[in-house]
Amino acid sequence: MKILVAVKRVIDYNVQIRVKEDGSGIVTDNVKMSTNPPDDNAIEEAVKIKEAGKATEIVAITVGGEKSQETVRKALAVGADKGIHVKTESVLEPLAVSKIIQKIVEKEKPDLVFMGKQAIDDDCNQTGQMLSALLNWPQATFASNIEVKDNTLEVTREIDEGLETIEINIPAIVTCDLRLNEPRYASLPNIMKAKKKPIEEMNVSDLGIDTTPRVEQIKVEEPPKRKAGIKVANVAELVQKLKNEAKVI
Amino acid sequence: MAVLLIAEHNNKELRPFTLNAATAASQIDAEVHAVIIGQNSESAAKKLSELPVVKKVISIEAPHYENFTAENFAPVIVKLAVNYSHIVCSANTFGKNLMPRIAAHLDTSQVSDIIKVISPDTFLRPIYAGNAFATVKTNDAKKCVTIRPTSFEPCESSGGNATIEKGDAGKEFSNTKFIKREEIKSDRPELGTARIVVSGGRGMQSGDNFKLITEVADKLGAAIGASRAAVDAGYISNDHQVGQTGKVVVPDLYIAIGISGAIQHLAGMKESKVIVAINKDGEAPIFSVADYGLEADLFEALPQFMEELSKLNTIQK
Repeated sequence: MKILVAVKRVIDYNVQIRVKEDGSGIVTDNVKMSTNPPDDNAIEEAVKIKEAGKATEIVAITVGGEKSQETVRKALAVGADKGIHVKTESVLEPLAVSKIIQKIVEKEKPDLVFMGKQAIDDDCNQTGQMLSALLNWPQATFASNIEVKDNTLEVTREIDEGLETIEINIPAIVTCDLRLNEPRYASLPNIMKAKKKPIEEMNVSDLGIDTTPRVEQIKVEEPPKRKAGIKVANVAELVQKLKNEAKVI
Repeated sequence: MAVLLIAEHNNKELRPFTLNAATAASQIDAEVHAVIIGQNSESAAKKLSELPVVKKVISIEAPHYENFTAENFAPVIVKLAVNYSHIVCSANTFGKNLMPRIAAHLDTSQVSDIIKVISPDTFLRPIYAGNAFATVKTNDAKKCVTIRPTSFEPCESSGGNATIEKGDAGKEFSNTKFIKREEIKSDRPELGTARIVVSGGRGMQSGDNFKLITEVADKLGAAIGASRAAVDAGYISNDHQVGQTGKVVVPDLYIAIGISGAIQHLAGMKESKVIVAINKDGEAPIFSVADYGLEADLFEALPQFMEELSKLNTIQK
């Protein structure tokens, strides 16, 4: 079984982002970048399945600028066998990214495609579902547990009401939740080895897909700031404030 | 052209956020039609027809719609979409799972999780865990929009009398099989709509200690929330998680107990009307959004809090 894992390079989750003064976007120069956190869970899950002898090959793919290749390199260092870097300097919408991955799926013929449930930059939560629509494959979104069976996966999904379990036939798409597993760190020897693993490079324009944006970003602004609050001395004062000042209890 | 609202329900009743999505839909265009897809869902369809903002209900039933699988729902909605300019539903796990599948079939770039309708093609949406707001304009002919339910008031739930039209079911998508749903039943208010939320974090130290939170929540008639750290540690189940990848809540009162306030948690609660933080670390980022901060050991503060609440003559419910 072959697993394709899609990874995205985003501003590191610990960074407090800044909005550009001209309202054209977010400051990304000299900002720490890393792999989108749930994409790390997607890679980890693929590696675990391979270690359990249920997968034979893991291919990591990213779509993005030159430096996005770091995320593929990192995936190779934790256990992916091969990388694909689809290059573009434009910011692509999830619909365009899912069309790109569809092309790669047609070429690589994976049995499963894994990716994070959402990217923490645009917070869209679309790409996996769109890809599964384009391929007409089953989708298991927000996965917190995956059991590989013969030609099927049993997936537990985190939903608002609790948990849902579904069984999907392979080939299928799974979008991974943060609780799926504990992503490992790459060891130094594996980082060195990863440098020798192959990364196939191509340009978005080579794929013959129209990736023209459909949604214009008119402006980006800071959200309204909360006014500073106060510290109370003790519990009695807190309850008194809630009762008589805020009038919420 | 009219707006098509996708109703979320459990075959008997509408899920509460359907009312918030109906409000958002009516802000896009006054002509709102609602589709309800399910099995034996007449009573929910009836409730939908009673929402005054809904002008027509399309009810589609088949056994394979009983469990709301996106692979079954999407083609039906895509077929209906011919007659509509917009498709709208909530950006909760139901809508997040379903809408992109519809959008891809329609070759439309979805606009996710909007918090404001600026015009029928322009919306405000949070990005980067709510640390920036983007104004976006979609140029697609068909617009697929998911709405953040807590940013729109629920619409009136009675007084309407829309016609209920039967729609055609599509065929079953056989590669996805529903097995089970484990819903956590509780007598407490729902987290997403509660007036008061009491949340615990890593500082609670164990699942057992969450009973301190439960007591306060019972006293205040509140829902119980949690940080991702508390859910990851197994103190409480995932349906309580508040934050960027959990639920977004906007209660009148949010009490954060033993929660440090990572960016990802703040994303889910910082629009709350009044925020209280109880934490022994005076430097914890949660204090930067708190209206009332108490620097204290929660294991001392919570019993005192219960005591002080008991002294009050009345507590609003």
